[in-house]
Amino acid sequence: MTSAPPKIQIRNLHKAFGSNRVLQGLDLDIEVGESVVIIGGSGTGKSVLLKCILGLLTPDQGSIKVDGVEVVRMKENEREELLRQFGMLFQGGALFDSLRVWENVAFGLIQAHGMARKEAKKVALEKLASVGLDARVAELNPAELSGGMKKRVGLARAIAGSPNIIFFDEPTTGLDPIMGSIIDRLIVHCVKELQVTALSITHDMASARRIADRMAMLYEGKIIWDGPVADIDKADNPYVDQFIRGKAEGPIKMQVRQP
Amino acid sequence: MAILDALALLGRTFLKFLEATGRLALFVGRALSRAWRPPFYFRAVGQQMIDIGYYSLPIVGLTAIFAGMVLALQSNIGLARFEAESQIPEIIAFSITRELGPVLAGLMVAGRIGASMAAEIGTMRVTEQIDALVTLATDPFKYLVFPRLLAGIVTLPLLVLVADVIGIFGGFVVSVQSFEFNPANFISKVWDYLVIDDVIDGMVKSSVFGFIVTLMGCYQGFYSRGGAEGVGRATTNAVVTASILILVADYFLSALMFN
Repeated sequence: MTSAPPKIQIRNLHKAFGSNRVLQGLDLDIEVGESVVIIGGSGTGKSVLLKCILGLLTPDQGSIKVDGVEVVRMKENEREELLRQFGMLFQGGALFDSLRVWENVAFGLIQAHGMARKEAKKVALEKLASVGLDARVAELNPAELSGGMKKRVGLARAIAGSPNIIFFDEPTTGLDPIMGSIIDRLIVHCVKELQVTALSITHDMASARRIADRMAMLYEGKIIWDGPVADIDKADNPYVDQFIRGKAEGPIKMQVRQP
Repeated sequence: MAILDALALLGRTFLKFLEATGRLALFVGRALSRAWRPPFYFRAVGQQMIDIGYYSLPIVGLTAIFAGMVLALQSNIGLARFEAESQIPEIIAFSITRELGPVLAGLMVAGRIGASMAAEIGTMRVTEQIDALVTLATDPFKYLVFPRLLAGIVTLPLLVLVADVIGIFGGFVVSVQSFEFNPANFISKVWDYLVIDDVIDGMVKSSVFGFIVTLMGCYQGFYSRGGAEGVGRATTNAVVTASILILVADYFLSALMFN
């Protein structure tokens, strides 16, 4: 009996920007229905990894498979089809300024799924309600929202198209701890309810512990530790230990100019 | 050594020019080649036509009326030397329809629309809104770029038609008020002299200018980098390059059409 392929399988992924080699042979498997969080310092290539999977960046080398299908250098129309099963919550929300909140949430339904505006608005209002936002918010412009509300609208937009894979890019960055906790709870709720595969990137350990089934640490372009969230405190890895405890001293050297 | 340095600089500049030209050609190719595949964004085209045409009317109208008025004043001074003041209506009709209407409208729209497109798309780029479009299975070339290009090509000629009428009216007012022209005689001379080909050629030129303005706005915005500063730079570049290209294209189109 052959087992099903991982939902996302990444092998030997390389990506450089000029002389800056960001990803240097990254390997990662994400199983169906799993919530994986990638942790790592700023500038270690977490966002680059997400963008490579989504096709926003083209890797220099390596393979990315979704449901066993190679997606690197996929044709444009095939990629559009593939992206219909993805949802993405961007770090800053990335809401469209020129559209009202409900239009942002309904955007993918109208443009990519061809749903009528009236019907799409109904779905958008349901999704907004599921992230705790009422119909009055739906008529506002994104500029009128607070940071936490923008994240919630971004989350509603990410789940609106009933995706089976959702990416979360730094979901709690810039939020106060209470709002961060609320967003994390909404993420966990959405992931469980929709039974989706989730990949999140963050350097907020409290958030990572709340939303992850499994954690992986990215350092110098590779996954240097990977395991269940319960095992991370027992990880026999000095890099992981330094990162999760936020210690200034350790093997990870930050480039900080001395005064 | 100085000669080698100068040659190296020349080579680098030439290579950069080739790179920019190639990137622009690819940009146009991507925008035009994908436009013919559904979905079609008619709503976005309509919105852009209103932005470019309707909202540019005051600025283009003001420019045209004063251009016509100044033309009447200057023509009177120049033609008086040959006792040919009676030719003012012909001079105004000829200059406005062939040159001043299209070029002034093009430059005004470059300032207003080129800048606003570069700023809008540039902001979308740096705030990840363009990435968000891709993740929502929406091609940004089809959704953002092509509707603007099409609206520019279609709307600017209509705007120029209005500018032609207003410009000739400006000349009419000054001629009648300051030079005691008979109003009926002025209109009759303009009507008799006006060749439909002049008007059409002016509109064809303005169509090319519309393409240039919207292309530069979209291109500079699309590739803007580096936050607010990058968006500012893109906006400046859009206006400057569009203005220069309009004047260059005007020469070649005039040579092609009127010789």
